[in-house]
Amino acid sequence: MTWRRARFLRSELAMIFRRRRNVALLVVLGLIPVLIGVAVQLSGTSGGRGSQSDSIFGGITQNGIFDALAATLAVLPLFFPLAVAVVSGDAVSGEANLGTLRYLLAVPVGRTRLLAVKFVGIVVWTLACVCTVAAMGVATGAVLFPRGRLTLLSGRTVSYLGGIERLLLVSGYVAACLAVVGALGLFVSTMTEVPVAAMAATLVLTIVSEVLDQVPQLHAIHPALPSHYWLDWIELLRDPVSTASMTRGLLVALAYVALFLSLAWARFSGKDVTS
Amino acid sequence: MTAAIASAGLTKRFSRQVVVDAVDLDVPAGSVYGFLGPNGSGKTTTIRILLGLVRPTSGSHALLDEPMPDAGARVLPRVGALVEGPAFHPYLSGRANLARLDSADRSAPAATSARRVDEALHRVGLAAAAAKRYRNYSLGMRQRLGIAAALLRPRDLLVLDEPTNGLDPQGTREVRNLIAQLGRDGVTVFVSSHLLSEVEQVCTHVGVMSVGRLVWQGALADLALQQRVRARVLTPDPAAAAAVLTRCGLRDVEIDAGGATGVLGETRPEDVVAALVAAGIAVRGFTTERPDLEEIFVGLTGAGFDVSG
Repeated sequence: MTWRRARFLRSELAMIFRRRRNVALLVVLGLIPVLIGVAVQLSGTSGGRGSQSDSIFGGITQNGIFDALAATLAVLPLFFPLAVAVVSGDAVSGEANLGTLRYLLAVPVGRTRLLAVKFVGIVVWTLACVCTVAAMGVATGAVLFPRGRLTLLSGRTVSYLGGIERLLLVSGYVAACLAVVGALGLFVSTMTEVPVAAMAATLVLTIVSEVLDQVPQLHAIHPALPSHYWLDWIELLRDPVSTASMTRGLLVALAYVALFLSLAWARFSGKDVTS
Repeated sequence: MTAAIASAGLTKRFSRQVVVDAVDLDVPAGSVYGFLGPNGSGKTTTIRILLGLVRPTSGSHALLDEPMPDAGARVLPRVGALVEGPAFHPYLSGRANLARLDSADRSAPAATSARRVDEALHRVGLAAAAAKRYRNYSLGMRQRLGIAAALLRPRDLLVLDEPTNGLDPQGTREVRNLIAQLGRDGVTVFVSSHLLSEVEQVCTHVGVMSVGRLVWQGALADLALQQRVRARVLTPDPAAAAAVLTRCGLRDVEIDAGGATGVLGETRPEDVVAALVAAGIAVRGFTTERPDLEEIFVGLTGAGFDVSG
């Protein structure tokens, strides 16, 4: 399928990226690294020491790339899942709510194809969210803070471009983790005609995963929680990079995406569309 | 091709209620088929089954001689549909909404998309409002956009569910003319309505739903409407007029205060008038009344066109 022929996907992307609510979400996401950069600049301190998040925030005054990393860290638990849940929860339920779903199916758009196009749209949206934060972080950092060599958490230094490269890997990993939220949202949105309900349910389930991950007594199930691996991109800020946990994280994410997409397909392919 | 729509024993049960009950539709190719019945009689659910949106509990059907839903990808591009009112994205313009629907159609040529969208808008009289957001459309404009969506491509079959809903008398007339025009062009039109008067002028065939069942279907000609035309003479001398009517061969001759009536049958109205004048009856008025389809169907189905629960 060439880009010229992928008319429906292009239409879907236009629907996502022209929608005012979504544009507003992107703008707010893009402002977060600016906010962090300005706050750090005004306070003039390099933050405390100790935890990993402290050292990432502390690195901002040393190198602007840390502004992008700190912003990614800050929005990962709630804001990123929210942005993905809003678009993915709306995917099918929004069309059902308006009644446009019956007209798409009568065109005809095959049900499997509709789910596929919707999911690709969600993935592109997720990448856009993650990249917006990264790009605005780099831009803010470049204006307010040094742009030289980047000192990794393990003490070694890499070139500025090397730092950008690591940031890109971080963004890719985060987007892959968030794809689970997108697939979950798509599944939930096949079950209701009320988009807000699908968005809320998606977000709640994501937060439940994060909360369970905080309970030490439940450590036995932690490896099966999708959010358990979300912060493991910090490994990318060390040298040498230990890829073991991130590989596990990617495999778990892949498994959950496959599971939720299968459930969405099973639910939607034979469903009576009465909306 | 013989049948545009053919179904055998279509049945749909939602939990315990049977909404569509063993419906055997036979819509001949090239016909304009009026699908009639009161609100809640199962028309819309039947249409949803026909289009593959809802799976029948039992029974089968074919569109344009292709088995559904298996052949949906092949046959549905040849079918234009308006189902249970128009539905579009409120923040997109009419034109953008049609462009989105067209983009979803894999078999539609992309190169002609813009032209086809504009033609469809023009055909339903929406060209001037094409750039307006759908949310600002009136009910009638929304209905027109829904019909435009069904006309995005040349179709072999149009399924129009209550196409005149929300339209003013002028709009209703336009839609009726459009249906008649499409029928003349050879498109099979399957049009549902709860108002008989709205479709009887354009239909060649009729099917009547009542409480989920198809209680009658056939060619309108079979109803022999001409045979049922009633002549009415306004006269101060009803009894004498009635005698003339009977002599002319009219059936069911009745007398009332203002004159006499009788069913014409094969008799030509002009002959009746001549006979009345020849007999010296003071004729103050002479009219012929076509029977209301609704009356006929009440006779056929034994039920009125009330909402069924």
